[in-house]
This record gives sequence, C-alpha cells and structure tokens, in this order.
Amino acid sequence: MLDDFFTRALIAGIGVALVAGPLGCFIVWRRLAYFGDTLSHSALLGVALALLAEVDPILGVFAVCALTALAMLALQRRGGLSSDSILGLLAHSTLAIGLVALAFMTWVRVDLMGFLFGDILAVSRADLVAIWLGGAAVLTVLAWIWRPLFAATVNRELAAAEGMAPARAELLFMLLTAGVVAIALKLVGVLLMTALLIIPAATARRFVRGPEQMALAAAGIGCLAVTGGLYGSLQFDAPSGPAIVVAAFALFLVSLLPVARAVRRLAGRKAEGAA
Amino acid sequence: MAEVTPLPSASGAPARGPAGPGERLVALSGAGVSRGGRWLVRGVDLEIARGEIVTLIGPNGSGKSTTAKLALGVLGPDEGGVTLGRGVRVGYVPQRLAIDWTVPLTVARLMRLTAPLGRDETRAALTRTGVAHLAAAEVQTLSGGEFQRVLLARAIARKPDLLVLDEPVQGVDFTGELALYDLIAGVAQELNCGVLLISHDLHVVMAQTDRVICLNGHICCQGTPHAVAESAEYRRLFGRRAAEALAVYEHAHDHTHLLDGRVRLADGTIVESCDHEHGASAPPAGRQAGGGGDA
Repeated sequence: MLDDFFTRALIAGIGVALVAGPLGCFIVWRRLAYFGDTLSHSALLGVALALLAEVDPILGVFAVCALTALAMLALQRRGGLSSDSILGLLAHSTLAIGLVALAFMTWVRVDLMGFLFGDILAVSRADLVAIWLGGAAVLTVLAWIWRPLFAATVNRELAAAEGMAPARAELLFMLLTAGVVAIALKLVGVLLMTALLIIPAATARRFVRGPEQMALAAAGIGCLAVTGGLYGSLQFDAPSGPAIVVAAFALFLVSLLPVARAVRRLAGRKAEGAA
Repeated sequence: MAEVTPLPSASGAPARGPAGPGERLVALSGAGVSRGGRWLVRGVDLEIARGEIVTLIGPNGSGKSTTAKLALGVLGPDEGGVTLGRGVRVGYVPQRLAIDWTVPLTVARLMRLTAPLGRDETRAALTRTGVAHLAAAEVQTLSGGEFQRVLLARAIARKPDLLVLDEPVQGVDFTGELALYDLIAGVAQELNCGVLLISHDLHVVMAQTDRVICLNGHICCQGTPHAVAESAEYRRLFGRRAAEALAVYEHAHDHTHLLDGRVRLADGTIVESCDHEHGASAPPAGRQAGGGGDA
C-alpha cells in the first residue's frame, strides 16, 4: 500500500494536519500568525545547512527554526524594535540567507519550488516515519503543557500567580512550533506553511464552545483539507500544496454559513451533558 | 538585586504546609519595582497574615497593582525583598481580563483554568457567588458584574490561603458593590485566608477591612480605616469630599510626595524620603511605613 505515492502523500498529510490543528489554535489565540510565518521562512536556511552537513532536512529545519525563535525572544527582551519589525527582519533575512546559501551550493541539485510550495507527492517512507514520530512527540509535549499554556493564553499574570510557570510553557510552545514547521515543510512548503496552522483553527472556532473541542475540530478540519486538496490536485492536475490550502480555505468559507452555529449549539449541549 | 525567597513557617512549627491563624502569608520589606529608570513603587513594607483583610488604596498610577503583583511573585522586586510563605496557595482576580473572541471559553471551563475542579466544586463555588446559572455561558457574553463574580468564584474554588483581588468591584453598580464586598468578607472568613484587596473607594471597603494602606508610589499612611480616613495624607490624595463621611480633622502638612517616591519639602527641595511619621495608627504587627525609606 505504501508503494503508492498518493497513499504516502495522504498519510503524511494527515499526520501533519493532526499536529498542526491543535498547535494552530494557540497560534490563533495568541495572535502569533506572523511568528509562525517567520519560523517557516527560516526553514529554507535549515534545508541549506542540512544539505551542507548531510543530515536529514527535518533536523536542519527544526534546529534553525528553534534558533530563530530564541533569537526573536532575545531581541524582544533587548527592547527597541517592535515585535512585528523583529519578526519581519528575521523572516526575510533568514529566507534570503537560505536562498543565497542554496545558490552557492552548486554541487547539489535542489528543487527550490518544492521547498517553497511543497512537494508532498515526493514523500518517502523515511519521511513518513519522521512525520509520524515527530508529530507524536509534538502532540505529547503539547498535551503535557496544555493547562499552563492555555492558562497563560487567557491571562499570563493569573497563570504566573497561581504557579503555572508560563515562561516555560511558552518556550516549549515555540519549540513545538519549530517542530511542526520541520515536519510540514514537505507538505506545503515555506510560503504556505502558516495557512496550515491558521486556517483549520480559524475554521474550527465557529463550530465549538471549548478550547479542547477547538483543538480536536482543527485537527479534523485539517485532515479534511488535506484529503480534499490531494484528491483535487489529482483530479485537476493542480499542484498539491496549494490545492490543500485552497481546500482549507473552502472549508473556512463553509464555516461562515449558518450551519456552523447549529453545530456549535449541538456541541454546547453535548458539553453540558458531559460536564 | 533582590530575590523572592521562600519563608520558613512563621509559627516556628515544622515548615510543612500552611500553619494556623495569624500566620504570616506574605511579607514585602522595602520592596520596589523600577521600569525604564522610574520607580513604579518603592520602599513598600507590607505583611498579610491569615484571617486579615488588607485594602490598598491610592490614585491611578500609584502602584497598587504593581504592589499586588510583587506580593503574588508575578513581578520580582528590583530593590528590597518579597517572601511568600511556603505552601501558600494563591487565588488571584486580576484587574483586567480581556478574553479574545477566538478563544472559546465557557464559565465552567474558566473555573478549571489553573487546576482540575470537580463538577460539584464548580457548582458550589459558582453558587456561593450567585452565578451558578451562568456555568454554560461563554465568558465573552457576561456583563461586568457577572464576570467579576465568576472570577471570584474561580479564585475561591482553589481554597486559597491568600486571596488577591485587584479592583474586584469594577463594572458593578453601587448596591452590587456593597453585596460583593459582603460576599468577599464572608468568603474570607469561611476560608480563613488572608485578603489583599485593591480599591479606589475607601467608603465601601472600610466596613470589613482590618487595615488600609494608602499608596502613592510609596506607602503614605496605613492603619485602621477610620485612622486613615482622618489622616492628612488620605485627604490630600482623595480630596476633602471623599473623606467627609468619616473625616473629623486635618493636620498641617508640609511636604508633597512625588510619584517616583521622592518628597518635595515646603521650601522646594527634593529629598529621597520624608523624615516624619505620617498620621495613622499603627497596624497590629507594629508600625511599618514612614515614606520611601526609614533607614
């Protein structure tokens, strides 16, 4: 079954969507869309360094994304530039350095378009293992820090006063985001990454009444978008990464219809029954 | 640099969890916070014991919330020390809690924000503050008064040793305010906890509070509500009318406290602190404040 490139793409896409959904909820709640964008832009530099060091690109991307996140924290502490300027500075500097580095490495042939927009149909068995193991690790840590991270999202000082150690949870959350960027790179590429984090979460919001519900719904909606996008790309011979994002956007448009409110009411009744 | 250090049990008993009534829960000694070269508060000496209700009053920007955050350990002191008793469980109602629309949050889920809470305990706490009917409501739909009652329920459901309430009556009308203060006093007695309450309004707080601390970048005066209402510092901060209900006399006053904690004397010179005793009766634990620095 795994011999079929399409099946592999589907399994890889669903693996990424299951992780990107819950993590994307925090990106939306904490207004970190541009932060996610910055990390994914820096991913290309990770790819270049991984090729130089001859390690798996996923490792290189994770390392560079994590360093970018830490650099952002350090620059923010130092004061001066505003957060969005720091993010823009880091996003495009790292992307440019990555592009320059790849151009200099004449001995490797790199499919630049694949890294920029995703090349899910080229997913190998090794990639599948990395995506699912990495994804499981990210979800495990996220579940572990869920309460402090959510408490800090609602009110950081309240969380700190009541012993939730928000700084630690937030640092881990940044590393988790770097992890998701690393495993999702093959799926949608550098430029469309944020869509995968944000659109399923934003879509889920209209169907739910609780944070945990929203995380699950975002994961499910992400899976739908991946499946729909991949079949669509097969059907219409469209590029697969952009097709997935288009499918996610279509689902978001559906969430604006009155049907979302009905589902939400149902979810509320269910939650009350379970509480 | 000052540090937040754990405090050995004040009663001298083996330091295992909170001790009995009267035990010191938190102590600030000469604590100050500076931001960008400006002191938000400075030289704050403050102790809160179990069973005691302490009210902080002062104008906007006088450092009330900053002082509360020092006591909570949310902010570290840049000067002086803060000691939070070992095993002291804190319940906090922050001044501003704006929850973005993107965060789906019902009252019942908010109750479990920082610790797991059973269904019965949730209901009991919400019933105690009179908002049990709102358990399934989304927090963004609540009125100001409802939200404050929900936040209070959340804080007391933790069975805290120290309850810190930052302007808990905001957005509540006058009768609601009285009811809410009665509720807080009742709850504090049931839980046998210490309370640090921040308020704009001396009139209403006075009834239940043990000690009022008047803050304006530093502690201006403190004592029983009655003593503070009579003090010149309080009158100067809040104006004669605010104090009228209880005030009886006013003493002569020869210096002005600046927002950065320094003092301008009658002749115009500016010094680090005033060297006289402010007019207020001493708190039970002995006199604490005398301006920016007694040393």
